[in-house]
Amino acid sequence: MSVHVEIPSQLRPLAGGQARVAVEASDVDSLIEALGAAHPGLKERLLEPSGELRRYVRLFVNEEDIRFLQERRTTLAPGDTVTIVPAIAGG
Amino acid sequence: MASFKELIRKVKGEIREAGVAEARAAQQRGAVLLDVREADEWAQGHVPGAVFIPRGFLEQRVEAEVPGKQGEVFVYCAGGTRSAFAARTLLDLGYSNVTSIAGGFGKWKEAGFPVEVPRTLSPEQKQRYSRHLLVPEIGAAGQDTLLRSKVLLVGAGGLGSPAGFYLAAAGVGTLGLVDSDVVDVSNLQRQILHTNQSVGKAKTASGAATLGALNPDVTVVEHQLRLDSSNVLEVIAPYDVIVDGCDNFATKYLVNDAAVLTGKTVVYGSIFRFEGQASVFKPGAGPCYRCLFPEPTPSELAPSCDEAGVLGVLPGTVGLIQASETLKLLLGIGRPLVGRLLTYDALEQSFREFRVRRDPGCALCGDNPTIRELEDLAWSCHFEPRPVHA
Repeated sequence: MSVHVEIPSQLRPLAGGQARVAVEASDVDSLIEALGAAHPGLKERLLEPSGELRRYVRLFVNEEDIRFLQERRTTLAPGDTVTIVPAIAGG
Repeated sequence: MASFKELIRKVKGEIREAGVAEARAAQQRGAVLLDVREADEWAQGHVPGAVFIPRGFLEQRVEAEVPGKQGEVFVYCAGGTRSAFAARTLLDLGYSNVTSIAGGFGKWKEAGFPVEVPRTLSPEQKQRYSRHLLVPEIGAAGQDTLLRSKVLLVGAGGLGSPAGFYLAAAGVGTLGLVDSDVVDVSNLQRQILHTNQSVGKAKTASGAATLGALNPDVTVVEHQLRLDSSNVLEVIAPYDVIVDGCDNFATKYLVNDAAVLTGKTVVYGSIFRFEGQASVFKPGAGPCYRCLFPEPTPSELAPSCDEAGVLGVLPGTVGLIQASETLKLLLGIGRPLVGRLLTYDALEQSFREFRVRRDPGCALCGDNPTIRELEDLAWSCHFEPRPVHA
């Protein structure tokens, strides 16, 4: 069983246009690695060169921000949904 | 068959009565005062803080409006007769601590106790807002609140248009419009405050004309300027709630910072192509925008609607969520989007909700804030600085 990842429209071109992809991962860190391996360029949009999560991108596991869980060590269970939410400013 | 005189004597024998002085003392220690007169009597003056339920609706409404049947309830009418019958009814409904005020509102006024005279709605307003007046959570008092309320719309564009339309229709008495831009024909695909006739005119003037035509009760204040650190505090000062419908990060962070520093609530909205976000940032009650996104997306990754395109109807959906949240905040009803980020995807036609917490490390509202005064965010983008518009 895999984890569902919801991709915002800005990043969909990097994921073959898909809004939702399935990834095999046991925690957020391995999820980002798996996303990056399957969709080149995606990892760089989520992480700073230093490896920190970019401060204008939020990752939610189900309804909770990983900053208030165990950050990138947050464990994932099969069937979890991870949502990438970028800051947007259109009005 | 009992006559009226026999009936009132019987009822008064079954209830407790007290004078206005006792009632006032009871109210000061937390007792409910219940006014069972008719709406026109209430409108001419009533006891401040009293609950108003005309006697004809008493049985239907009292349990919702006066919960807790053990609490002290003092009922009044004009002179003490209708309140005696109402008190008898409350006993039947299980209220155990009910008193009818002898002499009623007449004696209350004679005693020189405080009286509140609500601003009454004109006959035209009663018609215009009749569908609000029918809703118990709004009613005449709520409508009066809306008419006295002041809301600032930052951006008279995609989000500000639908929000402005519905807030004006709802009778929010003062709407401020902030925008420095003029209407371009490419705006009309989504910025429905403006028309072909307003192309080339200031968005603030165009918006004010549209909203004024919709509802003459609304005073529209035109702020034809771009918000910056030198003017933002003065612009937002008169307003109860700020609706963030701007289209750039510099203004979003500036409005957020100014609102946190002055304790004002921001109803946030943002859109990108097919996706929208909405939340309510209420200082002291939940996180701020910086708690959610400590830094803005670099502009090359987050182009504005003008640069990236947007589904024309998308700001309608998001702007109306902002309008709903604004009315709820003004009326003090419902569960606002405080601490919750609502996201909308028009392609999937789905909403998601995420928990957003105040970040103890937030530079603005955290435990050890480093931002103590306003600063303008650099327009570090490859686009020329553009005026605030949406």
